Amino acid sequence: MATLNLNVNGQPRQLTDLDPSTPLLWVLRDELGLVGAKFGCGISQCGACTVLLDGKPVRSCSLPATAAEGEITTIEGLAGANGELNAVQQAWVDLDVAQCGYCQAGQIMAAEALLRTNPNPSDDDIDRAMEGNLCRCGTYLRIRSAVKTAAVDAAAASRTAEERT
Amino acid sequence: MSALSYRGIHETFAEVNGDTALAAPGRIVKLGRRQFLRLTGVAGGGLMLACTLPSCSEEPSPKQAVANDGTLQPNGFLRIDASGILLFAKNPEVGQGVKTSLPMIVAEELDAAWEDVRVDQSPIDQDTYGPQFAGGSMSIPMNWDRLRYAGATARAMLVGAAAARLGVPTAELTTGDSHVIHEPSNRRLAYVELAAEAAAMPVPEPDSLKLKSRGDYRLLGSRITGVDNEALVRGEPLFGIDQSVPGMKYATYQKCPAIGGVVKAANLDQIKAMPGVQDAFVLAGNGNAMELLPGVAVVADSTWAAIRAKRALKIDWDESDGAKDSWSEAVATAQRLRSQPDAERVVDQGDADAALAAADKRLEAFYSYRFVSHAQLEPQNCTASFRDGAIELWAPTQTPGSGIRAVANVLDIDPAKVAVHQTRCGGGFGRRLYNDFMCEAAAIAKRAGVPVKLQWTREDDMAYDLFRAGGFHQLAGSLDGDGKVSGWRDRFVTFTNDGERPVSGGGLGPGVFPAGLIANVRVEQTALPWKNRCAAWRAPGSNVFGFVVQSFLHELAAAAGRDHLEVLLEVLGKPRWMKEGDPHSLHTDRAAGVVKLAAKKAGWGQQLPAGRGLGLAFYFSHAGHIAEVADVSVDANRKIKVHKVTVAADVGPIVNLSGAENQVQGSVVDGLSTMLGLSVTFENGRVQQSNFDQYPMLRLPAAPEVDVHFIASDFSPTGLGEPALPPLAPAVCNAIYSATGHRIRTLPISEEGFTV
Repeated sequence: MATLNLNVNGQPRQLTDLDPSTPLLWVLRDELGLVGAKFGCGISQCGACTVLLDGKPVRSCSLPATAAEGEITTIEGLAGANGELNAVQQAWVDLDVAQCGYCQAGQIMAAEALLRTNPNPSDDDIDRAMEGNLCRCGTYLRIRSAVKTAAVDAAAASRTAEERT
Repeated sequence: MSALSYRGIHETFAEVNGDTALAAPGRIVKLGRRQFLRLTGVAGGGLMLACTLPSCSEEPSPKQAVANDGTLQPNGFLRIDASGILLFAKNPEVGQGVKTSLPMIVAEELDAAWEDVRVDQSPIDQDTYGPQFAGGSMSIPMNWDRLRYAGATARAMLVGAAAARLGVPTAELTTGDSHVIHEPSNRRLAYVELAAEAAAMPVPEPDSLKLKSRGDYRLLGSRITGVDNEALVRGEPLFGIDQSVPGMKYATYQKCPAIGGVVKAANLDQIKAMPGVQDAFVLAGNGNAMELLPGVAVVADSTWAAIRAKRALKIDWDESDGAKDSWSEAVATAQRLRSQPDAERVVDQGDADAALAAADKRLEAFYSYRFVSHAQLEPQNCTASFRDGAIELWAPTQTPGSGIRAVANVLDIDPAKVAVHQTRCGGGFGRRLYNDFMCEAAAIAKRAGVPVKLQWTREDDMAYDLFRAGGFHQLAGSLDGDGKVSGWRDRFVTFTNDGERPVSGGGLGPGVFPAGLIANVRVEQTALPWKNRCAAWRAPGSNVFGFVVQSFLHELAAAAGRDHLEVLLEVLGKPRWMKEGDPHSLHTDRAAGVVKLAAKKAGWGQQLPAGRGLGLAFYFSHAGHIAEVADVSVDANRKIKVHKVTVAADVGPIVNLSGAENQVQGSVVDGLSTMLGLSVTFENGRVQQSNFDQYPMLRLPAAPEVDVHFIASDFSPTGLGEPALPPLAPAVCNAIYSATGHRIRTLPISEEGFTV
């Protein structure tokens, strides 16, 4: 059993008496009460458990929590300080992407990771960034549109922010 | 232990499916004269309304008694008080959009502005709400009248209250945007201000209410985004898997890899010594494969500890009654039965043998398809708390009502002692019609003496699905001298779980295409024994029969050297409703309408480059008339690209355009995913696939463009969760034939070497 220090959504979190083999997913869900990341397959095939580690998408179902050194961002950490949705979340709401919605936290985190490094992705870029995330309901067309909408909205927000400074 | 029972499997299917022979007639509950609407005063001057079915007791339910005592307790379809307008969504949300679309119907007749409305999931209370399930694409048709009257009743009472307050006749009052409006004096009264006075008004008789005509709809037919969208993108705990209760432990359950096997011994002491493990024990099962199979339960401090302990289990199984199911043997048997005529005759119209014998041209073909899994993305789970002889469950189920009955049966308690909370479901597709996971959670919670959240792994989900059955069809068809289809025979080999009837979703019924459309049709059915459970999978039956019959019709058209569109319209024939007034019966005029529209929108008849083709298919299921045209390229290595699928659908007026389009797009993607490469096989009773690495669902890059067109006909609206799926596979296969001349007769098409 181990003691573990994690940095989750900007907060330091300490866990004691933890089985060191525990995947990050179950630490987030069972220990920290952050249930946005979902269990789908347990073998990095579906992407429902996607969170960001230092801005990069990782499959938290297969990543031991002890290996999660760095800044962890979950879907609960995307909204702004006053709770306002970020561009990706807002696009998902406005385009009514979800059907059952179970995969969508993972989809949103994958899209967030893409847009952080590539603010203006091509269709091929979107295909590559999103193909690791299954949607059993088949909402792929709306996911594709929402990524594009979020890219445009994020760019506009960033321009506004620059103008203010 | 005696052989497994499958009690309940057919009843569930019949309850929720509208277009099969098993469904009881007259299931659709229509709101009639005898239905009464009940009003209950609520503390704080609220207006609370519940519609009740004629068959229900008029005794007030305990909840209403509490409400009369002044305790605010949400009930019924809407509640208005000073704090706002609250609507209740009665049926499970599995991704079909009913948590948004059902309240929209209430809001329309209430004349409430959607921005003013909040929506909550209703409790499970079938006395108040009528049947509460998600299945058979039935939520809209079963609730259309009920919800419209619920809204209209409240609106009438609000108008009455406004008339009294303003001292004007009701005829001078109109409504809109959650207000009663008196135009002559330019006065507007908000519903929330009128609620207390409206609660004192007499409840109008349903017959006295005038429902809106379609031309007056402000909300229905528009694009409304899902009521849970914001909670979803914030990662809030909506799903079954997200639930937790105080003192809760985490459980896993290992069943025999060959269904029907029982536990002889297990390394329980070793498991109980593992870190984080609280308990491990054997459950004997109750003999019903639909409820509780035998197995070993682990109760632990975390999900991970429970999963690790489950993996460390060493169980000695007695498989003497276990499944020996073998796909390869089933294939061999089906091949032998191809020429065997003495099976059950499901359809026997005219004289198919004579027509086939007299034909100018005769075609024979053997079609087959594999078993598939539901693979709903949220693995089965259920949280259960057993105390003092009663149990409370938080369950992602499509059928909470039958879940209550099943749990009561397993625990041997009164159903009144079982309370189920509806959670959002991470996909359903028919798997969550069956509540074995609830029964397991209930039995484990009772034995463990603490609340537990039972978590299946994906491997559990693949191994213990209720599969869509595979099947085999030996088809024969004939063409007369004019190239018209003159005879049709289908020798169908399917499976049976109970030895009595074909598995749910694996039985052909008398309404199967082209029965009633061609003079000489015979359909024969033989069922092979099968222990692994098979049941409803999105658009049960239709999801494979559509592929078989709409592909073979194209084969006949091609053999006649005729245009597929022309032959399809000819088979549909003159405009008629096969069973007048029954929405689950084919209406050939609606069918022809969607076929023509899809063909027109897709550019049917256009010249395409070599290796590219259009394919057409129509199918009627779940009261929906749907035609699809696929535009597909195929390269020399049998790699295909589906460029676009054009869909024309007639399900009557559309309730929520955004949700409706999403369902159609998703059905196309699901249909494509399944036909391309999804297959579950069995040997020695065991499922051969264990996780998504062996079950390659479609991913985003392969998703085609989907162009959706609705014919908003004047019929009552019907559901869209299922009927857009069945035409997809034949449309794509027909397109592959048009592009290459290769006829696909096997699903998934990866079996014939095709990939994306």
